[in-house]
Amino acid sequence: MSAHIIPAKLYVTIWLALMVLTVVTAGVAFIDLGPLNTIVALAIATLKAVLVVLIFMHVKYTSEKLTKLVVISAVFWLFILLALSLFDYGTRTLG
Amino acid sequence: MATVAVSTERENYLNADYGVRSWLLTTDHKRIALLYLLSITVFFFVGGFFALLIRLELLTPAGDLVLADTYNKLFTMHGQIMVFFFLIPSIPATLGNFLVPMMIGAKDLAFPKINLLSWYLYILGGALMLHCVLTGGVDTGWTFYTPLSTAFSRTGVIEAGLAIFINGFSSILTGLNFVVTIHRMRAPGMTFSRLPLFIWSTYATSIIFLLGTPVIAITLLLVVFERLFHLGIFDPTRGGDPLLFQHLFWFYSHPAVYIMILPAMGVVSEIVPCFSRKRIFGYSAVAMASIGIAVIGFFVWAHHMFVAGISLYAALIFSLLSYLVAVPSAIKVFNWTATMYKGSISFSTPMLYAFGFIGLFTIGGLTGLFLAALGLDVHVTDTYFVIAHFHYIMVGGAVMGYLGGMHFWWPKISGRMYPESWGRLAALIVFIGFNLTFFPQFILGYMGMPRRYWQYPAEFQVLNVMSTAGSTILAVGYVLPMVYFLWSLRYGKIAGDNPWAASGLEWKTPSPPPTFNFDETPVVTWEAYDYENIPLPEEVSLER
Amino acid sequence: MSDSSVAVEHHEPDLQHHFADMGQQKDAASLGMWLFLATEIMFFGGMFCAYLIYRRAYYNEFAAGSRSINIWLGAINTVVLICSSLTVAMGVRAAQMGKRKLLVILLILTLILGLAFLGIKGIEWHDKYKEHHIPGPSFDASDISREYPQLHIDQSHEQIFFSLYFAMTGLHALHMIIGIGLFLYLTHFSWKGRYGPEYYTPVEMGGLYWHFVDIVWIYLFPLLYLIDRKPLG
Repeated sequence: MSAHIIPAKLYVTIWLALMVLTVVTAGVAFIDLGPLNTIVALAIATLKAVLVVLIFMHVKYTSEKLTKLVVISAVFWLFILLALSLFDYGTRTLG
Repeated sequence: MATVAVSTERENYLNADYGVRSWLLTTDHKRIALLYLLSITVFFFVGGFFALLIRLELLTPAGDLVLADTYNKLFTMHGQIMVFFFLIPSIPATLGNFLVPMMIGAKDLAFPKINLLSWYLYILGGALMLHCVLTGGVDTGWTFYTPLSTAFSRTGVIEAGLAIFINGFSSILTGLNFVVTIHRMRAPGMTFSRLPLFIWSTYATSIIFLLGTPVIAITLLLVVFERLFHLGIFDPTRGGDPLLFQHLFWFYSHPAVYIMILPAMGVVSEIVPCFSRKRIFGYSAVAMASIGIAVIGFFVWAHHMFVAGISLYAALIFSLLSYLVAVPSAIKVFNWTATMYKGSISFSTPMLYAFGFIGLFTIGGLTGLFLAALGLDVHVTDTYFVIAHFHYIMVGGAVMGYLGGMHFWWPKISGRMYPESWGRLAALIVFIGFNLTFFPQFILGYMGMPRRYWQYPAEFQVLNVMSTAGSTILAVGYVLPMVYFLWSLRYGKIAGDNPWAASGLEWKTPSPPPTFNFDETPVVTWEAYDYENIPLPEEVSLER
Repeated sequence: MSDSSVAVEHHEPDLQHHFADMGQQKDAASLGMWLFLATEIMFFGGMFCAYLIYRRAYYNEFAAGSRSINIWLGAINTVVLICSSLTVAMGVRAAQMGKRKLLVILLILTLILGLAFLGIKGIEWHDKYKEHHIPGPSFDASDISREYPQLHIDQSHEQIFFSLYFAMTGLHALHMIIGIGLFLYLTHFSWKGRYGPEYYTPVEMGGLYWHFVDIVWIYLFPLLYLIDRKPLG
C-alpha cells in the first residue's frame, strides 16, 4: 500500500500560494469594501483551507471516496448548526 | 450444527485468562463489553434509586419526605446519571461492543486499545459524577440551563459538567471505533446490503456520537469556564444569551434521544425476524430509516425551545421539520409489523420485550408529535406530559430494547440459558409496572401538573399514587432479570451455539465465543435474515 | 493495490493481529483520523456558532476588540503555522521515500515552529493581561471605549468578544500543545528508524492532525484579527 508521492515542487507552490493569500487577506482588511470585507476574508480563508485539505492532506490524491464523504459530512453538519441557529437569531432581536 | 457437546471444555473469551489484570487491561471487545455491562448496571441502580425517591416524595401532595432543594438534586441526578451514564452507553457499549465485530465477521474492533480507553474515560467521568453526587450533587436539572447553572446554582455544576464532558469523549471514541470497524473490517462477502440491521442502527448511532457529542462537550466546557472565570457568554445580565446555550445543548441532546432509541430499534430488528421465522420485511427501508433518523434528528432541536423565546419563524420551521422524523420511525414500526404478518411467532422472552418496545415506542412517538405541534406544545411544555412522553421513548423504548437484547444474546455472552418462565414473568412485570408508572403522568400533564416540583395540588394525588405504585412494580421487574442472569451463570442450561436457530454470524461461532471470535474468517454467501433456509431444530420448537 | 502490498504476505512486525493485512490497517487508521477530525470540526463549531451570533448582535464591540489585538502577532503566527504545515507535508513525503535524516530534521523544524507559535501567542496574551482585557472581575475595556468613542462600546458586550477570543485561541493553543506532544513522539521513533516506505502511518496521521489545527487558525485569523481594520470615518 504505497501511496502517491507528491512532488516537492507542488508543496512549495502551495506554501507560496498560502503565504501570498495571507498577505492579501491582511492587506484587504485595511481597505473599505463595505460588507464585502467579511465575505472576502472568509472566501480567502476557505480557499486556503481547501488548498491545505486537497494537497497537504492528500484528499485530492486519495482513491478513497469515504475520506471525501467524511469531510463533506462534517462541513454539512457544521452548516446545519450554524444555519438553523442563525435562522432563529436572524428573525428576532437579541435580549 | 452438532458441535454443542464439546462446547463446555473449549477455550473461550471468559476462561482464556483469569485474574483482575486480565480484565482491566483487556483489549478484547467482548470483555470490554462486560466491563461496561457491570458499570452501567451500577449506574442504572443509582439512577433508579433516585427515581424511587422522587416517586416516594410525590406519593403525597405535601413536600414531606425531602426538602425542596433536595428534591431538585434528586431529579437532576436521576436525569444526568440515567441519560449520560446509563442510556447513552447502554446498548452501544455493551451489546454493540460485544456484537459489532462478531456480526460482521471480524476478530475485534478496529482500535482495541482505544476501545479500552473509552471504558476508562467512562469510568473516570462516572467516578467524578459519583463524587459530585456524594459531596452534595447538582440541582440545575439534567439540562444545565443557564443562567441558573452559571450564575445562581451553588452546587457542583463544574464537577458534573466535567464528568459529562469526559464521558462524551468515551462516546465519541466508541462511535469512531464502530464506524471504522463497520467500514474496514467486514468479512469477505459481508456486503453492506447483507449487514444485520443491528449494525445499520449502530452505524447511525455512531454518526450522532461523532457529530453531536463534540457540540455538547464544548458547550459544557463553556459553562464551566463561565462559572470559573465569569465570562458572560450565556449570562443575560452581561449581554449573553441563555437561548444560545439551549440551542447548543439541544443540538446534541435531541439527537441523543436517537442515540438511545436507534440501537434498541436495531435489537428489535434482530429479534422480530428470528421469533417470527421470517425474513425482515423491507430490509433496505429499515436500514435507510436508521440513517434517516440519524440525519433528520439534527434538524429538529429547537422544538425543545418553543416557549423559551425563539423567533416565531424559527419555531414554525422547527415544528415542521420535527414531523419529518416521524416518517422513518413509522416505516420501522410498519416493517416490523409486516414481518410478523403470517409469521410463525413464538412468545419467547426477547420477543415479549420486542412487542413491548413496538407498542410503547409507538405511544411515545405519537405523543412526540403532540409536542412537535407548536400550539399544543405551549399547553403541555414542562408538564408531566413531557415526562411521560420521553419515558415512553427512553424507558418503554430504549430500556425494553436493551432488556430484550440482553435476553436474546445472553446465551451467546454467557454460554448459558436463563430460565425462560422467569424471563417471561419479568417481561410482563416490566410492561405492567411501566405503564402503571407513566400512563397516569400523561393525564397529570394534560391536566397541568408541572414537572420539577416536590409538592402538588391535592386533586392530583390519585394519579400520583398510581404512578408511585407502578414504579415499585417496575423496580421488581428490573431486579428479577439481574437475579436470574446471575443464577444462570452457574445453574443455567448449557446454551449451545445457536439456541434460537437465528441467522447472523454471531450464532455461527461457539457460545461463549473464542477470544478471536471465529476459528477462521467466515465467508458470507447468504443474505441477512434468510430464515426460510434455517430449519427449526426439534428442541427449539418444543419450547413453543 | 500496488507493489509493496505483495511483500506484506509474510509476517509484518507492524501488523496488528486483528487486521488481515497492512493495507486494511492503514485504511482503518486513516478513516479513524478523518472521523476524529470531523468531531473536531463540530467541537470548534460550537464556538464558531456563538461567535457568529454575538458578532452579528454586538458588531461594534467585536470590531473595536479586534482592533485592539496586535495584527502583526496574528499575521506572523499565521505565517509560522503555514510554514509548519509545509515542513509537515515534506516530512510525510520524506517518510514515504524512506529518508530518515530528512524526516527527523523536518519534524524538529515543525516542533520549533509550533513552539514559536505558542511563544508569540504567549506575548499576545500577556499584552491583553497588561491591558486588563482578560474576562473576569478585573476586566476593564475603558481604554477601548476611549479610543473609539464613536462606536459606543458596551463593556459587557466587549467582554463577550474577549471571552470568545480567549476560548477560541486558548482551545486552539491546547490543540497545538497536544500536537507538539504528538510530534515529539514521532520524532523519537523517526530517529530510531521506525518509519519507512512500508510503514509511515503514524507520521501521516500526525500530519493530518497538524494540518487540521492549521486550518482552524486559518479561520481564526480573519475572524478575530481582521473584523474591521479599515480607517474609521
